[in-house]
Formats: sequence, C-alpha cells, structure tokens
Amino acid sequence: MRKSPFYICLVGALVAVTLDGCFPANGKEFTGLSVARPDTVPWPTSFGFGRKATSAEITRLDIDVRPDGKGLPAGEGTAAVGKVIFATKCAACHGVGGVGGPNGSLVSTNETTTKRREKTIGNYWPYATTVFDYIRRAMPFSEPGSLTNAEVYNLTAYLLTANGIIGEKTIINAQTLPTVVMPAQKLFVPDDREGGPEIK
Amino acid sequence: MKKKIIHIDQLSGNISRRTLLGGAATAAVVLVQTASGKTIQEGVSTTELLPDDPTKRVGPLPGEVGTRSAFEKLVKKPSETSSRSPLQDFYGIITPSDLHFERHHAGVPAIDPAKHALLIHGMVDKPMTFTVAELKRFPSVSRIAFLECSGNFRTGKETLTPQDVCGLTSQSEWTGVKLSTLFREVGVQPKASWFLAEGSDAAIMTRSIPVRKGWDDAIIAYAQNGEALRPEQGYPVRLFLPGWEGNTSVKWLRRLELSDQPFMTREETSKYTEPIKDGKFRQFSFDIDARSIITFPAYPKTVEKGWIEIRGLAWSGRGKVVRVEVSTDAGKTWAPATLQDPVLDKAHTAFRYLWQWHGEATEILSRVTDETGYRQPTLKQLTDARGNESGYHFNPITAWQIKSDGTVLFKPETT
Ligand code: HEC
Repeated sequence: MRKSPFYICLVGALVAVTLDGCFPANGKEFTGLSVARPDTVPWPTSFGFGRKATSAEITRLDIDVRPDGKGLPAGEGTAAVGKVIFATKCAACHGVGGVGGPNGSLVSTNETTTKRREKTIGNYWPYATTVFDYIRRAMPFSEPGSLTNAEVYNLTAYLLTANGIIGEKTIINAQTLPTVVMPAQKLFVPDDREGGPEIK
Repeated sequence: MKKKIIHIDQLSGNISRRTLLGGAATAAVVLVQTASGKTIQEGVSTTELLPDDPTKRVGPLPGEVGTRSAFEKLVKKPSETSSRSPLQDFYGIITPSDLHFERHHAGVPAIDPAKHALLIHGMVDKPMTFTVAELKRFPSVSRIAFLECSGNFRTGKETLTPQDVCGLTSQSEWTGVKLSTLFREVGVQPKASWFLAEGSDAAIMTRSIPVRKGWDDAIIAYAQNGEALRPEQGYPVRLFLPGWEGNTSVKWLRRLELSDQPFMTREETSKYTEPIKDGKFRQFSFDIDARSIITFPAYPKTVEKGWIEIRGLAWSGRGKVVRVEVSTDAGKTWAPATLQDPVLDKAHTAFRYLWQWHGEATEILSRVTDETGYRQPTLKQLTDARGNESGYHFNPITAWQIKSDGTVLFKPETT
C-alpha cells in the first residue's frame, strides 16, 4: 500500500506535475494543502516544437475573407453571368432564382405568408463578404471547393442583385464587395448575457 | 428444434465483433450438429448462444478490444444534420465516446494524422505550423467538461425522450495542449483581439473566437476519454472551448489566424445567432446558460408506485452547478436534489432526488442554479425576455408528466 503512491510521486516529480494526491493519506506535511505549483514555473520561453510556416503554406490555406475585404482575391463578377451559373450549379438545391429549394432559400421575396419569414441573404446576412467567403468555402454542397474565384464573384453579384441589395449592373470585386451595406446589419447586437439572476 | 452447438468461434474472440455488427440477428457463426447428425456452419442468435447456466460453459478468451454487452442497445439518434446522445441510458457523468453527440456541416472527414498539421498565423511574431506529433510534445492538460450544441431544444409532442429533447450535449475528459501554450510559442501580438479557427472538413468550418478565451482555458485537444479523439469528434485535433456553444469548438482543426476583428463567417451571422426582442438578433452568444433535465423517469419509461430515485443532469457554461431543485407537484413546490460528486466547472453534474410516488397524476421538473446566481428559467421567462421566437441557447425548465397508470410523457409547453 505504501509503496505504490511513493512510486507515483517519483514519476510525478520527474515530469514536474502537480504533486498533491501522491502522498499517503497520513502524510503530515501536506495534508489538505495543495502543493501544486503553477504549470509554467519551469517553462522555457520557447519549447522549440513545430517550425516556422512558409508563406506558400500560409497562402494555400488562408482563404478567409473579412468584412473589410481583406482576403478577397483578384477578379470580378456580375449578376448576369452569376444567374447562369446559379441555374446550373445551385438551383437544384436552393430553388429557381434562389427561392424555395430543398436546402433553403437564399433570396427573400416580398410575399406575405402567415408562416415565419425564411431567413435569407437579403433579410438576415449582416455582411456581403460572408457570401463570397461561404460559397467559396463550402458550396456547392455536392462538390465543395470546385468553384473558381470568378464563379464565386459572379454568384455573389447575382445573389446580392436577386435580393435587391445592389443594382443589376454593379461589378463585384475586392474593392466593391466590402462597401455593400447589408439591410440586416443593423439588426445584430452583441451578446449581453453575463450570468447572474437576470434572464436575458 | 434445438441445435447442438459444437464449436463456437467465440473462443477466438470473434463473437463479440459479430454481435456488434449483426446485432441480435446473427450473434456468431458456429459449427452446428443438426438432428440428422450433420455438422454445418450456421449463424446463430445471441439467445441461442446463451447458455442456460453460464457457469457450465467457458466464455470468450481475452480479446483485443472490449465490447458492449449484446443486451445493451445504446444508440445515438441520427438525423441529416446531427446525432443525439441517449441521455436516458447513461450513468454518471461521462459520455461513452462512441455515443457523444455529433453535429457537423459536411460530414466526417477522413484525415491521416501523419499528414495533418495546425497552422497559426496572422497577428503573431512567428507564424508556425505544428504536426500532430509536435502538438503532443507540449505540456499537456486534461479536463472533464461538457460540450453542448447551442441549438439543443426540441418540443412539440409528448412522446419525446431526453435524447430527443436535448441530446445534443455530451461530456468527456479532453486532453491536449492549452492554446495559451501555443500562443506563447508563436508570440501572439498584443493588438490581436480575435482569432479564426478553421476545420479541415468539407465545410471548412470557421468561427471567430475572442483571443481572451484562447489565453483563458481553450484546449487544442487530441484525446478524449483516454484515447485519441474519435473521427466524429475532430480526429486528429480539435479546438475545445469549455462552456461555450459547441460550434465554436471547431473540429479537425487545421488553422488559427490572429486578427484585430472578427471575420463574420456564415456560422456566426446566418447561423448561431438568435432572436431577442424588438426584431434584434444576438450575435457571438458563446456561453451556454445553465440547464438541467431529468433523465429518469422520462418517456418511454414507466413508473411503479413506491420509491423512485429521480435522476438527471445539470450543467452551466459559466462555472459550477451550485444547486438543483426538483418539483414533484408540477412546479408548486421545490426541494433541493442531491448533487453527486464530482461537481466540476463547466461540467455535467449528476443529481438525484428520492421520491415516494403514491400513484397520483403529477408533473416532475428540475431547475439548476449556477455559481453566478443564474437560475434556469421557465419557458415563459425565456420568451418574456427574448420574444416569442425560439432559437439557439434555449434552455427552459422541462417537465415530465406522470400519469396515474405510471406512464411518463414529455410535457410540450407552448408560449
Ligand atoms: C446538393 C445540394 C446543394 C447544392 C448543389 C448547393 N447547395 Fe448551397 N447549401 C446546401 C446545404 C445542405 C446548405 C446548408 C449547409 C449547412 O447548414 O451547413 C447550403 C447552404 C448554402 C448557403 C447558406 C445559406 C444560409 O442562409 O446560411 C448559401 C449562401 C449557399 N448554400 C449557396 C449555394 C450556391 C451559390 C450554390 C451553387 C454554387 C449552392 N449553394 C449549391 C446544399 C446545396
């Protein structure tokens, strides 16, 4: 009985982990007290594991697009071209014109139904850059990562036009896309729940 | 006709695997002697294999991998987009890894750990890449914590089980390297306030996370319940953010990019945002509000008159559970339940409450209070605060109806 905790202690000491729990229950010195020390006491400034990433490695993976446009690639698109691509590559799942497909509408209509309004790019998306980022990242669902940047620009232009956010002739590129103001942006507020008795 | 089983593969350990694969239908392929004395190979069911007296037959010899008893039918409940944990079948607080809930947006990717690496770049002094093996060399950390999808409430009919109502929560011991350790290694710049976490699945899942969470308690996890992560849980590495909505704990993690603003990805704008009052929508609602559910008795179980140990789980994304109260009179009066140790920070905590049922129709409920003083709200309190649309982070007190014949049904409340 005495032997095994002692052994564990030795191992623990070698790797400098928390020591409490290692001592026999009748150990006087440490009873009830944590003898843990902060994890970082013997830590070096750097462990030296891993290696510096090359800029080629970063470029290959760094596909995100921020609301300020950082990350948008070269190229451009228009609604007219996007409409054709949408009909062949997207409409089967998202409906003709982006309305009412099996995987959800992307375009808002003004139809007043008793049903709750479906959330779409037009009425719910706060940033236009997200349209580009998401389509390039994940669509079409059946063939993710298959679209060219030009196709994504065209589709973005089309979906923004179909939702009545930009004019039919607007050219969408790295400069214009971040300037598109989405109708839903003003609807979003940051989380204000903070625990405590109030239900929010 | 009783077949005489003369040789069972069981002794080589094959039986258990077949039991798993074939379920009850075929438990094992065995050599059987027919009535006419012919020896043939045949599949037999578990029942046929069961000896009348287990002490009269040598069982399977030691095997390589243990299996669940063929009598235990524990299954997740899958839909197109998720798979729910059978909360009503669990004991204690750890979710068996193969029954951890699943939620992913483009399936489970197959990743060779030898080819996988985590890239950290952006507002850092030294952009770096770490192989899985390198991540494992760093000082490690383990903690038991729940993981819950923020879209985890179902109602609408009486025939719902705990798994149906809120099976998108599970608990594991997670092991990995603290993200703060890696932040030190790459030199996160003081102006960095957010980071993007990106997965290696077909959705290339992304979320923006405040840097302070990375310094606080985020883990780059490579193990779960003592073994490598399950593929469904992010193999070979995932982000794990204790107490935060499940979607932020990005699985199959391949990249972190430090930034001075959020990226506004689809999952933090179009999804994982919820309606509050005045037509507004709440964004970046990370913390999981305290929640509890009675997992026994619950539909489809039935009860008998006499002593019943009411059991359940309670948890909070903001800290420890300090109190669970149970009502056995439809919410008129409440009494404290016993909390089962260990009561851990941001962890499922088991509670129990001994009740003597005399056969009257009633409703049983539970409500939790966490260490911030937050008490699980009623459905009405929630809709009063947020308006009538339900959405993410919906954690109302839920009731089970006990009928006088012992039937137990979910109570689908409406606002
Ligand atoms: C095979 C069916 C399929 C095809 C084809 C498809 N999508 Fe999708 N799309 C989906 C599914 C499923 C989702 C939801 C994915 C999720 O929730 O993670 C989705 C989601 C989206 C969303 C997000 C909707 C929202 O409100 O959050 C956009 C935008 C989108 N698709 C655009 C496109 C475009 C553009 C194309 C054509 C290039 C396309 N999709 C082709 C199935 C499809």
